[in-house]
Amino acid sequence: MGKTVAEKIFDAHFVDNPYGDIHVIKLDSVFCHEITTPVAVNDLVNRGKDRVYDPAKIKAVIDHVTPAKDSKTALQGKIIRDWAKRNDIKDFFDIGRNGVCHAIFPEKGFVRPGYTIIMGDSHTCTHGAFGAFAAGVGTTDLEVGILKGVCAFHYPKTIKMEITGILPEGVSAKDVILSIIGQLGVNGATNKVIEFAGTVVEQMSMEARMTLCNMAIEAGGTCGICYPDMNTVDYLWPFISDEYESKEAAMTAFQEFCPDADAAYDDVITIDAGGLSPQVTYGYKPDTVKPVSEMDGTPVDQVYIGSCTNGRIEDLRVAAEVLKGEKISDSVRGIVSPATPAIFNMALEEGIIKIFMDAGFCVTNPTCGACLGMSNGVIAEGEVCASTTNRNFFGRMGKGGMVHLMSPATAAATAIAGYITNSKLYNA
Amino acid sequence: MKNFNGQVLFLDRADINTDEIIPARYLTEITKEALKPYLLEDLKFDGFDPEKDISGKSIIITRSNFGCGSSREHAPWALEVNGINLVIAESYARIFRQNMFNCGMMAVELPAEDIDRLFAEFSDKSTNIETDLKNNLFIIKADGKETEISFTISGFDRALVEAGGWVDYADKNY
Repeated sequence: MGKTVAEKIFDAHFVDNPYGDIHVIKLDSVFCHEITTPVAVNDLVNRGKDRVYDPAKIKAVIDHVTPAKDSKTALQGKIIRDWAKRNDIKDFFDIGRNGVCHAIFPEKGFVRPGYTIIMGDSHTCTHGAFGAFAAGVGTTDLEVGILKGVCAFHYPKTIKMEITGILPEGVSAKDVILSIIGQLGVNGATNKVIEFAGTVVEQMSMEARMTLCNMAIEAGGTCGICYPDMNTVDYLWPFISDEYESKEAAMTAFQEFCPDADAAYDDVITIDAGGLSPQVTYGYKPDTVKPVSEMDGTPVDQVYIGSCTNGRIEDLRVAAEVLKGEKISDSVRGIVSPATPAIFNMALEEGIIKIFMDAGFCVTNPTCGACLGMSNGVIAEGEVCASTTNRNFFGRMGKGGMVHLMSPATAAATAIAGYITNSKLYNA
Repeated sequence: MKNFNGQVLFLDRADINTDEIIPARYLTEITKEALKPYLLEDLKFDGFDPEKDISGKSIIITRSNFGCGSSREHAPWALEVNGINLVIAESYARIFRQNMFNCGMMAVELPAEDIDRLFAEFSDKSTNIETDLKNNLFIIKADGKETEISFTISGFDRALVEAGGWVDYADKNY
């Protein structure tokens, strides 16, 4: 019997099978940010075990609240900063060089096909876009990962999601994943990996694949995985060109992390995305999804473009295409957070930042920002935000506030209109 | 080992997420104790008032997919510092469930019929549960009556509970 991608990765990283289907696996990298890491650091210090399994394999960033907004967040920053220094963690990204973890770590070339990665952040599933097994974990798993370089999981079961057809103009990876979550439900993939395959995924850029995999967790999935291909190799080439003779050689090596033809799946679901329209959430769970046309006219108070889901350069380009020469509605506050300094720089050079500012958007530094209502962009009780982020839980962006999840194109159009509406990029 | 006995808090809603268990605005805290006043602050449904209903409770009984959303271990910690070490539900989100056992706490699944029965028979009563970990039994007491429900716990989960959590277990074994 053949193997799925996750099975291949697990078998290549096997450490122990202590009970039943529990596999302890070796970690290629442990990613850390300033919200979930400090408690692990303090506990390691208290245990007299203030060390890391391999400083080169630990990557850390301050991204959730940056610049620090108060004494408490300043202390969180200080704890991770001092810890990185003490433990000789070279890949630590502090203010001025920091960005949203799931955007900056791939951008730095830290994710490779076949890797195992954990982070104290549920959207770690994003990195599966590169053909890696990457899973969000809690602080205790993170602590053991930092100390021992291992983590325990149930041996993975996989749903294969075959997305066929060609996406219509103005319909993006965000619309695809919202539609999938709407079908699977918020626990439709719990304890399972989702392999995303099919013509739509094959044609997607790495940025789009990251958007797709980012929200696997919203269906309960442990990780979303795309198969490595030439897009993956092209993206990684600046980081791997000294490891392989040619891109073809790299591709041959990465083939190892594509599934076997006779792999056994828990479920195989085929979706024809050829007729998909832009999607939006209407409730307080990410699986409450409708076509934008059915929500047209719903007023919003704020529009937020950014986050680990949709704060990458392609997202900003699409939004700018909609916003170019337009002004956002007087009734709307527009906020955009380019996800990393490199993305911010590209957006500057391409004139995208100017388009946002001319339209009336506030441009913030790279940060998780408004997404989880921890730092900037918090909405008031009863207010509504149209957002390119990943969660619409009640109060997520501020106590008593509501969030509608959507694509960057829809968010930009919504900012101009002042109410939820389809972008001009979508003609149907 | 932690205490798994005491009064029950019934939460009659599916998909209670970690933002509802502990809102992100409190994730700036770096001690577990500081989370105590904020447990379930954003959970809103008829028949639940966090200010009145949490006090004195040691066990939560709830529906499916409890703890979905963020990976924040602050959710189990907020339960723990309020004296709640045991959740009984139809199902859990993966990360939350693992976080519970990683802290030496328990997130036990019961079949939907058992959960339905517990809600139907006990949710309107002052209910106490005693956990018999040796025999995998919950002994449920209300109105002077006693009922038993058996549960299953995997070898790994039991090992984590007995070790007091994953750090101690992993430190010993890896």
